[in-house]
Amino acid sequence: MSERARQPRPRRAARAALAALLAAALPSTAPADDAAPDAAVPAFANEVEASLVRAIVGLRESGLRQAIGEIDVALSKTPNFRLGHLIRGDLLMARAGIPVAFGQTASVRAGAAPLQDEARVRLKHYLDAPPRDHLPLPMLKLAPTQAHAILVDTSRSRLFVFANQGGEPRYVTDFYISLGKNGVEKRREGDQKTPVGVYTIVSAKQKLPEFYGPGAFPISYPNEWDKLHKRNGYGIWLHGTPPETYSRPPWATDGCVALTNDDLRRLARYVDVGRTPVVIGEGVEWVAPERWQDSRRDFLAAFEQWRADWESLDVDRYLDHYSPRFRSDGKDFASWRAHKRKVGSGKSWVKVGVSDMSVFGLPAGEGMFVVTFAQDYRSSNLSNRTVKRQYWERDQGRWRVVFETVIS
Amino acid sequence: MLLRILRLEVAIAAVALAFAGAAIAAPADDLREAQTLYAQGRLQPAMERVDAYLKTQPREPQGRFLKGLILTEQKKVPEAIQVFTGLTEDFPELPEPYNNLAVLYASLGNYEKAKSALELAIHTHPSYATAHENLGDIYAQLASRAYDRALQLDKNNTTAQVKLAMVKDIFVAPKSIAPPKAEAAKVAKAEPARVEPARPEAKAPPTAKVEPARAEPAKSEPPKAEPKAAAAKAASPAADEKGAITAAIEAWARAWSSKDVKSYLAAYAPDFETPGGEPRGAWEKQRTERIERPKSIEVLVKVQSIAVEGDSAVAVLRQSYRSDTLKTSSTKTLKLVKAGGKWLIKQERVGG
Repeated sequence: MSERARQPRPRRAARAALAALLAAALPSTAPADDAAPDAAVPAFANEVEASLVRAIVGLRESGLRQAIGEIDVALSKTPNFRLGHLIRGDLLMARAGIPVAFGQTASVRAGAAPLQDEARVRLKHYLDAPPRDHLPLPMLKLAPTQAHAILVDTSRSRLFVFANQGGEPRYVTDFYISLGKNGVEKRREGDQKTPVGVYTIVSAKQKLPEFYGPGAFPISYPNEWDKLHKRNGYGIWLHGTPPETYSRPPWATDGCVALTNDDLRRLARYVDVGRTPVVIGEGVEWVAPERWQDSRRDFLAAFEQWRADWESLDVDRYLDHYSPRFRSDGKDFASWRAHKRKVGSGKSWVKVGVSDMSVFGLPAGEGMFVVTFAQDYRSSNLSNRTVKRQYWERDQGRWRVVFETVIS
Repeated sequence: MLLRILRLEVAIAAVALAFAGAAIAAPADDLREAQTLYAQGRLQPAMERVDAYLKTQPREPQGRFLKGLILTEQKKVPEAIQVFTGLTEDFPELPEPYNNLAVLYASLGNYEKAKSALELAIHTHPSYATAHENLGDIYAQLASRAYDRALQLDKNNTTAQVKLAMVKDIFVAPKSIAPPKAEAAKVAKAEPARVEPARPEAKAPPTAKVEPARAEPAKSEPPKAEPKAAAAKAASPAADEKGAITAAIEAWARAWSSKDVKSYLAAYAPDFETPGGEPRGAWEKQRTERIERPKSIEVLVKVQSIAVEGDSAVAVLRQSYRSDTLKTSSTKTLKLVKAGGKWLIKQERVGG
């Protein structure tokens, strides 16, 4: 169902209208947003999840009455919170001396399994959270034009929002999400999987069928890397939830990323259509700030060496930055090398300026980074300005370019 | 670990009458001293006294009960279980030993046995509030276990534990004592001034019913005047005084809860009769230690009756004490005196 008609180009008017619509509907309090979070435990993403976690985690210490009270609070605000109703039933059974978890009868249990999954991932987010000062390895550098960046960690069923702080990510908030019912690494149209990769929000939609909630943000799947790998399908969106349910189980969509409607409205304030990157990764690695800085330095040094070697006019040194598996817009490594040698021989000088650079990672092999930058190329016989994207892969301890394309 | 969770009964309410008449002066003194020492936390001397007492009265339930309590605090759980089991066998009509047995079983993680013991306690005294409250907590433990299994939450994992504790802190922190602001007259009635947000529903078991039966004849100190007569004589001033007394008691509980030792000690009259007759300084030192030691304390009081006569009063209250290491509920009697317009505690003892 998420395989929608092809997306129109982003339209500025629509973008502004959606932003206005969503901003007007924002709840006045957003617990985690922009708070300076220094506690070791993540701030609660929203009040409903807070009540759920308090009820189950606090059961042992605070008893049944308080747990039921918490769930009642959540249900009074969101009567369509199905997981909440199930847990309330459990707790009432427990109060009668029959402790059960996720339903007592076999038929209830079978139906409750997806809700049980939802409870597990929601709780684990708080119980197994990485230390608060840790940073995600895939979020290495934000471009100055990117005020915020979105990271989807599919293994945690969680979407994180980061603000751009001098090019480094600063955690802002996070939300529980629902993903493709067949998992991740989308390849084919209709496979009901969520893609993994580095994307951009390309448009904003409203006045959709109510299945999608208050609005949707389509992303740029399939991107150049997907196309290179012959992945197809389309219409992968970040969207809301139908009115009959507050949230959906962790693996329930046709490949889209679904948020609760409250969370989608809160997400909307961080979205800048055409600019906001969406990095979707499986098993995102969160590391201590020192290690994150090391990784950043290591990669940025490799990239700078590539730029400098290009300027050096030493074609062999320059070509050494490219993987034997390199491909670019129809060329393989051999034809690319031949082309570069020919072009390089006629130049007396080359200057390569790099700006507006972003670096986002993907979990693949030893690691992969996607670098997007504005390239200001000047030489003795040719000058141009392009926006370029490169995919760098770590291979035997060295960063090498495996794919390069001009995106504008 | 389990003590943190369940309410341990610290006294037997209805002592088997068979023993009342047979009380011999000297052994009874041993028991009283043992109780005082226990209350002061001096467990080893308390144990010596209670053993001496039990040598002359080997079957006497109060002494055995106290021994069980001392063993519990000494963390000698199997021995304590043995003592309380013996009491349930010899005095199956007493609910408190079942209750404490349940607390001990729960401390071992054996919630099923704890549940059975509490059900027996309730069977003997269907309105026994402590057992009902404890049973509710056992049900919560069982439900929590069911969730841990269903959600594969590894609570043995240390980091998870730490984070769990923190999540819990976020949870519990704001639920501290609310300021008592209600009008005096209203407060003096059954309704306690402070709401307990942690437990939104009213406590189910009717405690009032149980209390009279649990009064200890041996200890009973007659109130200075029949409360009804006093109230009838001067309805409105008495009500005012009762309001002031209730407020003073609540302030005392609040100071205790917030570990504000200075305010706590200031609630006691200069001529406060220390429980063991020890010097005021020694008593203050011991109280300070006991208040400062736990990481957190929560004391909830529910005033059940107040009898005022002039500048003195007797208040009976139900006290639930909960710290990170101990959870008890008991009935307390406070003698108060009015000095300089303030009601101060002159005497404090456990029991109605």
